[in-house]
Amino acid sequence: MKKLYIHILILFFVTSNIIAQQTPAPTQKKDFAIIGATAHIGNGKVIENSLILVKEGKLATVADARLVKIDLSKIETINATGKHVYPGLIALNASLGLAEVDAVRASVDVDEIGSMLPHIRSLIAYNAESKVVESMRPNGVLQAEITPRGGTISGTASVMQLDAWNWEDAAIKVDHGIHMNWPGAFTRGRWWLGEDPALKPDKNYAKNVESVTIFFKEAKRYLASDKELKNLPYEATKGLFDGSQKLFIHVSGQKEITDAITTAKNLGINNIVIVHGNDAEKVADLLLKHNIPVVIDRAHRVPNNEDDDYDLSYRTAKILMDKGITVAIGVEGQMERMNTRNLPFYAGTYAAYGVDKEKALQMITGNAATVLGIDSFTGTLEAGKDATFFISEGDALDMRTNILTHAFIQGRKISLETHQTKLWKRYSNKLKEN
Amino acid sequence: MKKLLFLLTCLFIVHAQAQEYFPTNTGVKTNKNNVAAFKNATIYITPTKILKKGTLLIKDGKVADVGRSVKIPKGAEIIDASNKTIYPSFIDIYTNFGVNKPKRAGNSSRSPQYDAGRTGYYWNDHVRPETDPVESFKFDNKKAKELLKAGFGVVNTHMPDGIVRGNGMLVSLNTNSNNAYRILNTNSAQYLSFSRSVQTRQSYPTSRMGAMALLRQMYLDAQWYASGNTKNKDLSLEALNNNKNLVQIFEAGNVLDVMRADKVGDEFGIQYTIVGGGDEFERIQDIKSTGANMIIPINYRKAYDVSNPLLAEQISLSDMRKWNQEPSNLAVLAKNGINFALTTHDLKSVNSFHKNLQKAILYGLDKTKALEALTTIPAQIIGESKIGNLQEGSYANFLITDGDIFDTKTILYENWVQGSRYSVNDMNISDITGTYSFVINGKNYQLEITGQDTKQKGTVKSGEEKIKSKFSFSDDWIQLTINEEGNFSRIVAQTSNNGLAGTIHYNDGSTGNWIAQKTANPNVEKEKKEKAKETTPELLPISYPNIGFGNFTQPKQETILIKNVTVWTSENQGVLKNTDVLLKDGKIAKIGKNLSERRARIIDGTGKHLTAGIIDEHSHIATSAVNESGHNSTAEVSIEDVVNPNDINIYRNLAGGVTSIQILHGSANPIGGRSAIIKLKWGENAENLIYKNTPKFIKFALGENVKQSNWGDNQTVRFPQTRMGVEQVYVDYFQRAKEYDALKKSGNPYRKDIELEVLAEILNKERFITCHSYVQSEINMLMKVAERFNFNINTFTHILEGYKVADKMKKHGVGGSTFSDWWAYKYEVNDAIPYNAAIMHNAGITVAINSDDREMSRRLNQEAAKIVKYGGLSEVEAWNMVTINPAKLLHLDKRTGSIKEGKDADVVLWSDHPLSIYAKAEKTIIEGKIYFDIEEDKEKRKAVKEERAKLINMMLNEKMNGGKVQAPKKKVSKNFTCDTEEI
Repeated sequence: MKKLYIHILILFFVTSNIIAQQTPAPTQKKDFAIIGATAHIGNGKVIENSLILVKEGKLATVADARLVKIDLSKIETINATGKHVYPGLIALNASLGLAEVDAVRASVDVDEIGSMLPHIRSLIAYNAESKVVESMRPNGVLQAEITPRGGTISGTASVMQLDAWNWEDAAIKVDHGIHMNWPGAFTRGRWWLGEDPALKPDKNYAKNVESVTIFFKEAKRYLASDKELKNLPYEATKGLFDGSQKLFIHVSGQKEITDAITTAKNLGINNIVIVHGNDAEKVADLLLKHNIPVVIDRAHRVPNNEDDDYDLSYRTAKILMDKGITVAIGVEGQMERMNTRNLPFYAGTYAAYGVDKEKALQMITGNAATVLGIDSFTGTLEAGKDATFFISEGDALDMRTNILTHAFIQGRKISLETHQTKLWKRYSNKLKEN
Repeated sequence: MKKLLFLLTCLFIVHAQAQEYFPTNTGVKTNKNNVAAFKNATIYITPTKILKKGTLLIKDGKVADVGRSVKIPKGAEIIDASNKTIYPSFIDIYTNFGVNKPKRAGNSSRSPQYDAGRTGYYWNDHVRPETDPVESFKFDNKKAKELLKAGFGVVNTHMPDGIVRGNGMLVSLNTNSNNAYRILNTNSAQYLSFSRSVQTRQSYPTSRMGAMALLRQMYLDAQWYASGNTKNKDLSLEALNNNKNLVQIFEAGNVLDVMRADKVGDEFGIQYTIVGGGDEFERIQDIKSTGANMIIPINYRKAYDVSNPLLAEQISLSDMRKWNQEPSNLAVLAKNGINFALTTHDLKSVNSFHKNLQKAILYGLDKTKALEALTTIPAQIIGESKIGNLQEGSYANFLITDGDIFDTKTILYENWVQGSRYSVNDMNISDITGTYSFVINGKNYQLEITGQDTKQKGTVKSGEEKIKSKFSFSDDWIQLTINEEGNFSRIVAQTSNNGLAGTIHYNDGSTGNWIAQKTANPNVEKEKKEKAKETTPELLPISYPNIGFGNFTQPKQETILIKNVTVWTSENQGVLKNTDVLLKDGKIAKIGKNLSERRARIIDGTGKHLTAGIIDEHSHIATSAVNESGHNSTAEVSIEDVVNPNDINIYRNLAGGVTSIQILHGSANPIGGRSAIIKLKWGENAENLIYKNTPKFIKFALGENVKQSNWGDNQTVRFPQTRMGVEQVYVDYFQRAKEYDALKKSGNPYRKDIELEVLAEILNKERFITCHSYVQSEINMLMKVAERFNFNINTFTHILEGYKVADKMKKHGVGGSTFSDWWAYKYEVNDAIPYNAAIMHNAGITVAINSDDREMSRRLNQEAAKIVKYGGLSEVEAWNMVTINPAKLLHLDKRTGSIKEGKDADVVLWSDHPLSIYAKAEKTIIEGKIYFDIEEDKEKRKAVKEERAKLINMMLNEKMNGGKVQAPKKKVSKNFTCDTEEI
């Protein structure tokens, strides 16, 4: 086993000599092909012994190697026999690049003050140079939806690829959707004022819902007017009404989800995604009727209630999929930025608790792309789409075998080096020398 | 006018009781004849000594005689009490009657206060034994009347504030007298609790374990003070020593705290009388084992309003179950022979006392026991023989009723206190219930009277027709107004042989005689029906702990033979395929091929993996407190004091293959508290979870938490605020501990200091340090400090920059217990890398992977797998990091942590390769007992669902039948981590 360790160490040294750490890879110049790998398409399908041809940043061919005849003699090939190829994983409802160190306020740009903030855009605060962002790549997380947080309407999100010089380079879909927090039907007492900290129904729920409705109604009226005086928040909601943007509603609970969907539909907002969605299975019919996907939380969390099944949080995906709901995985939660690299393992846990492995993968690839509206050009290993994918020694959803040898974003061979691998090597060397 | 009122008040008081040596300026001195005899009554002299047709003679506020043939002196007032029952008045020994809780100390400064706010007293403001309630006592007439109506005659009161609250005061509720007679004893008890005083902002103690440590140190200091070794004056300790021989009443409030209070008392030879919380039934054997006299509140929760199913989902099974089980508490206490008194202290209204007590009786409480709990037992606890009984010489405190005091229909007429009468219901009101017929202007009417006493109500009918009427009954007179379409007839009447007789005033102003004949007696059948409704309610069984997924029966130790399994030994043999493992008598008995054992339970392990149970070196589950942040050093506190066996995370950890954990103190201070090292024996009590002969550990901490960097801008007054200061805290404390230890060993007298005792254990290599650590500079520093004092740090926990000083750590001989991949949450973890474990391991350090998190702890096998990914260690090396390595770090490796013959049978059967994300723990076994079984878990899920449904139905029934309900609430459980602060 020690041999394996040295082997991997050498591998990393070699890689790091080719591409300097943190430097984004240049545009793909030459065609290349991956042969012999098991290709996990990201739509539930698998091609054993695949051939993947990459041209000009796109997937030119993804096929069974035995079925296609392509002359590979003049192009660079990577023999990946026994290895696995996956689409670049997509983290939803992420806040990567908006904060560096959780406890250092100066480094945090996640939550703007105010409550109705559709005009607040995550795009421009995204730190392409973040050390946390680069630590995603060795685990296969190559794309992410960067989301502002807080307030009632938190702001407008964009989708980034995670190997870029700046936010303009990084963006693969600008301002694709608006995130909002649906009012909670429950509230906790403020214990510091001597109130009972237990959770109880919020008497202001209806009032809070009304204020959301009023905001959107007024925005709609404003957009239909001649707009003599500009209103930035209302202006920012335009895409919701013309169908070019999605509304991501963070909401849980049977009643609240139903209210959220009904309200949005009544307002003429048709592109809706439910985020978190605890209890969404109880309103499955409504979700199916309107074809609304659910971005569930990460599997690694404790169940909400004391007498919930211990594995309830691991089974969320299975429960919703059994109802026919389209499911993807979001990463919001405690220490979420650094934990976003564990996205494949959230999917792996859902797989361990009832979801087919390829379907589990689909949640963080194909389905995630659908949810974001970027499925036309990324999310699966299909010809014509971006060549954003990675090669793993084994099953990428299992931490035991998620060991990357290569990763590509838009055909660019990206570095798997990070601040962390650099320190690893420096200090391994130091200890060896002593 | 004011003057007149004042005069009248004086007159009244003087008249009631003229104090013999007080001068009189308002008239001549009068002496009242204070002798009264109650004849022909059933008299409860004590709850078990009952006299039928007896006479009670009282004189000057005391019982002069009681018996069948009592000689009644001339001039005595004679009261016919036939058909009446006389009981001793009740006693409540846990009240703050007449003593108001002080106002909360203001927040003049936003910074915390670490030092005491007073001088001449103890160093901690929460210790206030010098408090004397007499100073703020004001007889509360209103409250006294409420209590009198509920049957109470005497209460013990105190100042309900602080950890030591001062002396108690015994007061009789005599509203016709004054304090000169009402105050029976000003030094009747000493009161204590775990709650902080509101009169100070002093930080320490911030936690339950801090309060316990404070009490211990206080007792030691009191002994030291009593021996005359202290140079300063300490009014608190003087008072504490003066009150030493009083009964010590400790307000605990729930089972766990009852046990904690009793533990502290036992250590100092003090048997507290403990105020419980009404949840004693959940761990009755534990309560019994304290041997304490208990004071029990009877405040039952109302049913939850579950009519909205969405809201009902939020209520935990344990809360619903408590609603069902709480009324059985007193019956359970009585059946287990526990001596208890009752208190009204947590009732919103004293009026509900009897209803709740009747409920307890319905649930099986013996009535004699109930009466004892209100009379003789509180009297015995407080050491006052003249109350709670009607023996000759006792206070004339007694109740007059028309029957069994605990019967719902019984009327309490009078409550006499110190020979002074308080009338609750007029004893001489006639019972006029029944049906009467009378005639007005040739029309026949029927009057039906129902109800009791002054509440007797009448309705008038004529045949089937209901007649508009108004009825009232007072002073034995009825008033009846009949309204026949605006024609009013008014009647006043009294009872007269088998009927009513009086006058009628007609509509036209004329009057006449009015007579009504009784035609029927009250409808007794209806009452009987009502009684029959009160059948014994269904009581749901208790589980251990008493929450969802608790055990109704504890698992038994079994002989288990696991056949043909892949064994991860965590020993030199590595992984053994197709192997059999025999567990017997709680130990791993044999490992080999083709084993057989008669009568063993055989488990087929084909395709499965057997490992040692996972050990989490750094956990904060199963505890009621994490940080004592009131001082920068708190070696005196111990998590062992606050282990919480009722935490569902114990079960969830078992489901993740965890068998042992170290519950660490948090990282709020450089020198934290002592650890509790436990096995996850779900269902056992706190004491049984803790390892026997447990290794001794203490938590230290470095970095941002101890210098309060992320606690907000007001937290800048506690030393240290820099890493430089942290070093000096250690040097200072270890130097003092060294000097302390030397003095102690010299044989000279010394003031026992728990904190320094613990630190001296470290110097003497009897206790080990686990230190929360991040950056290399401070890691290096602590090793140097330890070396200077000639000991070793045992473990650096978190140790995220361990890889930078792995060579130094190896040389020092310290182990590392780290996260697999956490970083970027604080400035000091900027350089934390997931390769840390591998680098430290390669440097020859014993490395463990820990959780510090209730979520991660239940999948530590996956966290170990990450070490294969990050750093390329072998799978066996990675697996050892959650089994034998943490066992070594915790000095448990001789007992657990690997599959080796002779070790504890702490093993896990996995469905798959244990490092795989697809693996599930199927059986988690501790000492040969199966504490988690994936198949049994399915049954438990079903049972939880069924019981919830059943309870919801019961609550709906309660609501439909007019029972009071409360809004649903969700129990909120805290996720404890190192940083968790408690207020």
